Amino acid sequence: MSIPALDAQGVRGPAPAAAPRATTPRRSRPAHAPGRVKVWQRWVSPLAALAVWQIASTTGLLPQSLLASPSTIAVTAAGLISDGTLPAAIAVSLQRVAAGFLLGGITGILLALAAGLSRAGENAVDPLMQMLRALPFFGLIPLFILWFGIGETPKVALVALAVSFPLYLNTFAGIRGVDGKLAELARTLKLGRAALVRHIVLPGALPQTLVGLRQSLGVAWLALIVAEQVNADAGLGFMINDAREFLRTDVIVVGLLVYSALGLLTDALVRLMERRALTWRRGFLGE
Amino acid sequence: MATRISRRVATVRGLTRGFGERTVLAGLDLDIAHGEFTALLGRSGSGKSTLLRALAGLDGAAEGELEVTGSVAVAFQEPRLVPWKRVDANIALGLDVPDPGERTRRALAEVGLTERAGAWPLTLSGGEAQRASLARALAREPELLLLDEPFSALDALTRITVHQLVLRLWAVHRPAVLLVTHDVDEALALADRVLVLHEGRIAHEELIGVARPRHRDHPDLTSLRTRLLTALGVSTDAGLTPDRAATPEEQR
Ligand SMILES: Nc1ncnc2c1ncn2[C@@H]1O[C@H](COP(=O)(O)OP(=O)(O)OP(=O)(O)O)[C@@H](O)[C@H]1O
Ligand SMILES: [Mg+2]
Repeated sequence: MSIPALDAQGVRGPAPAAAPRATTPRRSRPAHAPGRVKVWQRWVSPLAALAVWQIASTTGLLPQSLLASPSTIAVTAAGLISDGTLPAAIAVSLQRVAAGFLLGGITGILLALAAGLSRAGENAVDPLMQMLRALPFFGLIPLFILWFGIGETPKVALVALAVSFPLYLNTFAGIRGVDGKLAELARTLKLGRAALVRHIVLPGALPQTLVGLRQSLGVAWLALIVAEQVNADAGLGFMINDAREFLRTDVIVVGLLVYSALGLLTDALVRLMERRALTWRRGFLGE
Repeated sequence: MATRISRRVATVRGLTRGFGERTVLAGLDLDIAHGEFTALLGRSGSGKSTLLRALAGLDGAAEGELEVTGSVAVAFQEPRLVPWKRVDANIALGLDVPDPGERTRRALAEVGLTERAGAWPLTLSGGEAQRASLARALAREPELLLLDEPFSALDALTRITVHQLVLRLWAVHRPAVLLVTHDVDEALALADRVLVLHEGRIAHEELIGVARPRHRDHPDLTSLRTRLLTALGVSTDAGLTPDRAATPEEQR
């Protein structure tokens, strides 16, 4: 397991570092007549692929041991939900991500504040963070197991570590990217240091911090998947690993679908936050 | 003489500022008396904004003597509104008076922006943003008001209105004003004294004794205009000379 993936954006969702501005084109609204046709057209190829997959499975071209058919997967998913296996697994995995995310997120942001608000802080924090960042952090799993055992702690720790870097880097860059002319303005307005931080620096860094938030959520799920593959006795990763032993490709696919659904969900949450927090940008006013 | 000195709000002696090889201010001297309305003319790049930044205490690298007594407010050349604060919050930012809300409302009303009080700065037009920036400076009721081309994005009609507004507020609060402008007529309409910045120094000074409100065609102003344009290096022969001079150059 040597995925050098600190910069990986996670398995889902394009959240490139170079797209911090709110230029993402909004999805065309179905209200427009031409838009409606296009939305419908976009479903053609996925549905066709699904049909081909189903046919290949039913005719025996695609053996169940390699990949279960869509209908089997649907039935399995329903079963896993109704017997409580899936909800329980999701609850365990969500808890791990939430704990790791909070821990790593708070650490990352605090470190970014320390580094961003003073030269001394930068000298103390930044070189260390840049060095740690270069570590292939999935390669740390063996060490984590030695340090933290095989319970929840190494998994939460891995997620926290993965999450802290995107938030640190983006918040730090956001603070340093605040327009110097506004800092100058603050001086002529006789704002003290606390007021400067509160009214100018933090709100100015917020858009970039939100970019970091989206990246870190992507990495959080990725880190969780890796951590759960290594060893787990509960959670989505455990469910998938267990299914592998019994060649249950249907259960594996259900697990993967749940991972991606959860990832999309958290991404949508951040986007909602962005929309609310950044209304001052012209692009969000919907004129 | 002693009283004159004590009534100064700003005293500048030998102010020097360069950027790399280039010297922008070269030993500049300037006095600004309390309540005096001074206009500063100069070509683009002559160092007007640089001088204003130094007076605002924003330039740590300027050399020479610089003494400013009393409160200062600045309206920058670009409006510099804080984009994540609505217009009224921009004006109230750092406003240390008993009732900032009332002061803000009054300042906005004075520049005709009452209806845009709740708007986001990025949605303002260029002129609206400039008026908001002006309101922010005026609301502070400073002893020295530094205005860096605050009317450049205003249409001619709004500009006349805002000129009257600035004169009215100046008459009430009597701040010393240093107004940077490119517009000789604007300087002549507003100021007690007009300075021309050239090659890093105040190269020319004119006092204007004409009572306000001033008529553009007042004979004293006409001769002052000619002198100032000459000091700025512009010939005033019906404004045709530059064209005539350029033609043979181009044909060569
Ligand atoms: N921070 C800086 N670094 C390098 N050069 C600078 C800097 N600030 C100003 N200058 C230079 O100093 C000169 C004077 O600039 P300044 O902004 O004071 O001109 P100005 O008289 O206000 O011109 P304008 O009327 O166009 O606003 C210009 O040539 C400018 O390029
Ligand atoms: Mg300028």
